[in-house]
Amino acid sequence: MLQITCPWCGPRNETEFSFGGESHIIRPVRPESISDRDWSDYQFLRENPKGTHYERWQHRFGCRQWINVARDTLSHEIYSVYPMGDPKPVFDRKEALL
Amino acid sequence: MSHYSFFNLAKKALGGHKNWAPAWRRATPQKHYDVVIIGGGGHGLATAYYLATKYGVGNVAVLEKGWVGGGNTGRNTQVVRSNYFYPESAAFYDHSLKLYESLSRELNFNLMLSQRGHLSLAHSEHEMEIMRRNVNAISLNGIDARELSPAEIKKRVPLINLNARYPVLGGFVQPRGGIARHDAVAWGLARGAYNAGVDIIENCALTGFDISGGRVTGVQTSKGAISAGSVGVAVAGHSSEVARMADLKLPITSMSLQAMVTEPIKPVLDTAVISPTIHMYVSQSDRGEIVLGGGADVYNSYAQRGGMRTIEDNVAALLELFPRFSRLKLMRQWAGVVDISPDTSPILGKTPIDNLYINCGWGTGGFKAIPAGGDTMAYTIAHKTVHPLINAFDLQRFERGALIDESAASGVAH
Ligand SMILES: Cc1cc2nc3c(=O)[nH]c(=O)nc-3n(C[C@H](O)[C@H](O)[C@H](O)COP(=O)(O)OP(=O)(O)OC[C@H]3O[C@@H](n4cnc5c(N)ncnc54)[C@H](O)[C@@H]3O)c2cc1C
Ligand SMILES: [Zn+2]
Repeated sequence: MLQITCPWCGPRNETEFSFGGESHIIRPVRPESISDRDWSDYQFLRENPKGTHYERWQHRFGCRQWINVARDTLSHEIYSVYPMGDPKPVFDRKEALL
Repeated sequence: MSHYSFFNLAKKALGGHKNWAPAWRRATPQKHYDVVIIGGGGHGLATAYYLATKYGVGNVAVLEKGWVGGGNTGRNTQVVRSNYFYPESAAFYDHSLKLYESLSRELNFNLMLSQRGHLSLAHSEHEMEIMRRNVNAISLNGIDARELSPAEIKKRVPLINLNARYPVLGGFVQPRGGIARHDAVAWGLARGAYNAGVDIIENCALTGFDISGGRVTGVQTSKGAISAGSVGVAVAGHSSEVARMADLKLPITSMSLQAMVTEPIKPVLDTAVISPTIHMYVSQSDRGEIVLGGGADVYNSYAQRGGMRTIEDNVAALLELFPRFSRLKLMRQWAGVVDISPDTSPILGKTPIDNLYINCGWGTGGFKAIPAGGDTMAYTIAHKTVHPLINAFDLQRFERGALIDESAASGVAH
């Protein structure tokens, strides 16, 4: 079970949150003017790393805010919780995996 | 190799079972193979098996990072069925079930296919409507499916609680569905491939591809470089990591899917039961354990374990439908890393790199697909032409918007 520290509500159980998938994916500004390929890349392609994953969670049964979480997909360790809109915090992936 | 037969069993028994030949021998990699398959799960082994036995490509190696069947193929809940909604899926999965029906004999290895029926439940009027639509679609696809009333369900599954929190209003059965022994599928195919001359190389991880001019020419592994005419990748949950080695990005998300078994009891459940609404499915193994599972843990994961939240959900759902199982103890719980695609249908066939083929996206339901996945991939690699049954399952379908959305159509996979 994960424990996620909501910046507003404090440490809470995973069951209070819903998972929103990979974060930092930017929607094309003018979808009608890009190729089918670029649109499908935006919609479907994912990093899906074994290691640090930058992902969104919503504190659904709490304050209902969306937050960003940097989490290791192998150890499940949470490295950082940071606001939506902030840039990715950088981790050395190898170091993170140790 | 030793042929498996009653006569041989009796003969070897006299010698204290000491002189059975190994089912397959450890191979050390050669410098070159016509085809190198990455991943010694069911799909990789079946591809190698059919390449060597059906499509005349004998110089084949299977590279497995760990041990044969140590991935999802040895971790699943063994459900086989072909009651899919879309014609493309129905044709593919029924081809698979038909191959399973004769594979034990062909492999001289008992896969313990038990066509005990696969029963799906419906818990609301809306679900009943969707279910009837499904049954009609499945029947139109030429596959066996029949609606059951609550009374018929109770007769078939006496322990079921029809008046659960979500009452059972009806269901449908695919009589040819059921279960097969998962380890036997891996071992039988490995033995069959080995006997046809395939090198099965365990403890050998792919670490990179040799690609020049948009064409794959070989692989880098933990046991050195191997040159290859073609390379087929069937690594399930590790597909994104392996594709990254070839600078490809996939529409795949890796998640933990759990399963668990209770202590063994006498036979009480002789069919496979699934409830899409409460997201739980259950069957009884030949050893007597009650085998249950449900949905994947909700976040990206490469950890072969899974969390308490899902265990609780699965058990609560099981006990709602089968209150009497509350007396049983859970014995074991485990998880596999499943490769979920956006439309929960597999991705099969060519990649943008010449001679590099991919087989992934099985998510929670690729065990039943192993014979067909292997057959169609072997055909595709041998002929360099995509097998007609998997034309619609190509990687490019996302660009065309031609999704085969089985999860939307039928609720859940497995
Ligand atoms: C708990 C659970 C229950 C399931 N229940 C069902 C069910 O009831 N019915 C059903 O149809 N399906 C079910 N599935 C899904 C099914 O098990 C899988 O879809 C199927 O086994 C996939 O087979 P595969 O050969 O593609 O993958 P795997 O069997 O996972 O094989 C892939 C192999 O690739 C190897 N590999 C990875 N990286 C590398 C590398 N770099 N180099 C070399 N080798 C590598 C791995 O070690 C692994 O052995 C279930 C899955 C799970 C986890
Ligand atoms: Zn909160």
